[in-house]
Amino acid sequence: MDETRLETILSNYEGESTDLIPVLQEIQDAFNFLPKEELKVVARRLNVPITQVYSVATFYKMFSLLPKGDHQLKVCLGTTCHLRGGQRLVDSVSSRLGCEVGYTTKDGAFSLETVGCLGSCAQAPVMMIDDKYYARVTVDKVPKILKKYQ
Amino acid sequence: MPKIESVDHLTEYRRKLKAGRDPNQPTVLVCGGPGCLPLGSEEVAEAFKEAMADKGLNGKVILKTSGCQGLCAQGVKVLLRPEEIAYQQVTLEDVPEIVETTLVGGALVDRLLYHKPGNGEACAHKSDIPFYQGQDPIVLRKLDLIDPESLDDYLATGGYRTLRKVLFKMTPEMVIDQVERSGLRGRGGGGFLTGRKWRLCREAEGAVKFIICNGDEGDPGAFMDRAVMEGDPHAVIEGMLIGAYAIGARQGYIYVRHEYPLAVKRLKLAIEQAREFGFLGNNILRSKFSFDLKINQGAGAFVCGEETALMASIEGFIGEPHPRPPYPAQAGLFGLPTIINNVETWANVPEIINMGPDWYADLGTKTSSGTKVFSLVGAVNNTGLVEVPMGMTLRQIIYDLGGGIPGDRPFKAVQTGGPSGGCIPEQFLDLPVDYDSLQEVGSIMGSGGMIVMDDTSCMVDVARYFIGFLHAESCGKCTPCRAGLTQLKHLYEEITSGRGEMEHITLMEELCQAMASASICGLGQSAVNPVLSTLKYFRHEYEAHIRDKKCPALVCRPLLTYTIDPETCTGCLACVRECPVGAISGIKKEAQEIDQELCIKCGLCYETCQFDAVNRE
Repeated sequence: MDETRLETILSNYEGESTDLIPVLQEIQDAFNFLPKEELKVVARRLNVPITQVYSVATFYKMFSLLPKGDHQLKVCLGTTCHLRGGQRLVDSVSSRLGCEVGYTTKDGAFSLETVGCLGSCAQAPVMMIDDKYYARVTVDKVPKILKKYQ
Repeated sequence: MPKIESVDHLTEYRRKLKAGRDPNQPTVLVCGGPGCLPLGSEEVAEAFKEAMADKGLNGKVILKTSGCQGLCAQGVKVLLRPEEIAYQQVTLEDVPEIVETTLVGGALVDRLLYHKPGNGEACAHKSDIPFYQGQDPIVLRKLDLIDPESLDDYLATGGYRTLRKVLFKMTPEMVIDQVERSGLRGRGGGGFLTGRKWRLCREAEGAVKFIICNGDEGDPGAFMDRAVMEGDPHAVIEGMLIGAYAIGARQGYIYVRHEYPLAVKRLKLAIEQAREFGFLGNNILRSKFSFDLKINQGAGAFVCGEETALMASIEGFIGEPHPRPPYPAQAGLFGLPTIINNVETWANVPEIINMGPDWYADLGTKTSSGTKVFSLVGAVNNTGLVEVPMGMTLRQIIYDLGGGIPGDRPFKAVQTGGPSGGCIPEQFLDLPVDYDSLQEVGSIMGSGGMIVMDDTSCMVDVARYFIGFLHAESCGKCTPCRAGLTQLKHLYEEITSGRGEMEHITLMEELCQAMASASICGLGQSAVNPVLSTLKYFRHEYEAHIRDKKCPALVCRPLLTYTIDPETCTGCLACVRECPVGAISGIKKEAQEIDQELCIKCGLCYETCQFDAVNRE
């Protein structure tokens, strides 16, 4: 368990039960997943049952109980992206990475997800790697984009 | 930044700010909105910085990154003030030329101007571009004017003026009265009268009350709230301050979805600035009013856009909705009276109080006053954000502002209201858009997504898409929604795979009836709209899938066949490399062939082929 990192996160909060989601978000960002031992500490410190911690951790899409890859690749499947070939983009990225949606590549470089809408509908189809948006991504652009991160 | 201690201090600060600013100051505004950002607007802004320094323009011309400038299709957009010269599709390579020709030389770069389709006439200024004509921006009015990270910019354009008026010249009742008289209705989708909601909350018993800004904009195809939070965050804060004063709240929350990292960053910064300046905190501007704001980030759950689920999420629980009543105005966050409005609603409030309720009520239609921001996307030339008075017709929005459909393809439908909305066919193009008219034709206003579809969209597929989306996002609490969506999804899979039967349509209609009447929250109740509206207006497409096992728009994968035309194929092998299942084979530089047994009909070969050698039927 990485106590120092966890303590740094918890020190920003006052130990209220309503801090649960923000605390888990910070842990997810810092550790790239929600480690079991850390969750136990969180439950104790915020005074919430461990069942509630797990119910929240498994309900919301941004949380993961397994380690995620170095880069978070999100392909948008909003309505406009869907109409403009978003699913083909998912298929192409998935086949190039050798990784299904919802999973992480074997080398730990990418986690692949689809999202409901990234809000850049005018540039569909769109995908996002970490905090960077990519516009009008036709399948032929995929190799070049992925290469930047490999 | 100084802390503003009193009203006089604010007046003095604003006066100095304005005196120090030349209204004719040459300014370059690079659009950093949701449409231009993915096209590389940050790099373009950086290039301007360098090119301007090279020409010794530092200090003479100001460079700013603005919020969304509206016409996303033509990004990256650059606006030169004070003339309002609007350059389109600006790339890194164009920047030195703009600096040299326009900023130094005072001449226009013709190729970067908007050219009207048809006669090719160049539009030098923003106001000449048809997309902006007929718009009447209130919420979006500052987006291409200010730097969203500068409180001074907000103040210099009249920001927090309304707050001052409210705190010192108006009672809470007067504020509520004005909002009521303005006829403002909730811009998040429900369309409930904002003023009435505020009054209910003010009259609710209890000393502690809350206000919430719903920035969990989850409707796919809608990005106006993102643009406002990123482009004019102080307007949202000012609106919330006014609302808090009106109902008597001391604490507010802004709930933003985590897929919008820039919106979170800008709002955080704006809150810090407002605190430092004294617009948030205790005894604001030395009045008796105290208020502070907190940001909560969503964690990736569409259902949290529903108000009771959103409040559960702030409380630290999973986003499961509760039945209403009690309404949040009576028993909301932590069981206390709470007002929850969405971003666009809050951003309207300062201007309504500033200009007066009659001015606002005069805009729009009788039952839907004011303006509405729409994100106009899909099969339309001028994709982007528009803000128009309520009551403008779909045809005006899509054809006059939107410039029609690319390639002059036939219009098929416009989808409004996100997954809770419906598909509106051609016969209603002259429908004046407001809350009630959209409902009459089986759709809803929703948050303002407007997705235009041409003949290449399959309406069965569109409905299947929304049902799949909602199935994945349903929280699972109530059976009608959870089980209903599972069954609907299954039926759509059958129909789009060629296994549909005519009885399936009857089953779907029965399911919809049960879901609409028995689901706990809006997600399940309105999930039926995409199904019922497409069944009503596009039943022939369902019949083609079921009876003829054909998808007329060539979208539904299992009903398609891909073949390679041996005459056109050059044997470049691009499709072979792309095919995920190795279904394409042949000798290099000779025609390839698709093994129909192996083919999963993903269409990657079709999209990859540079020679149009792949046929789809």
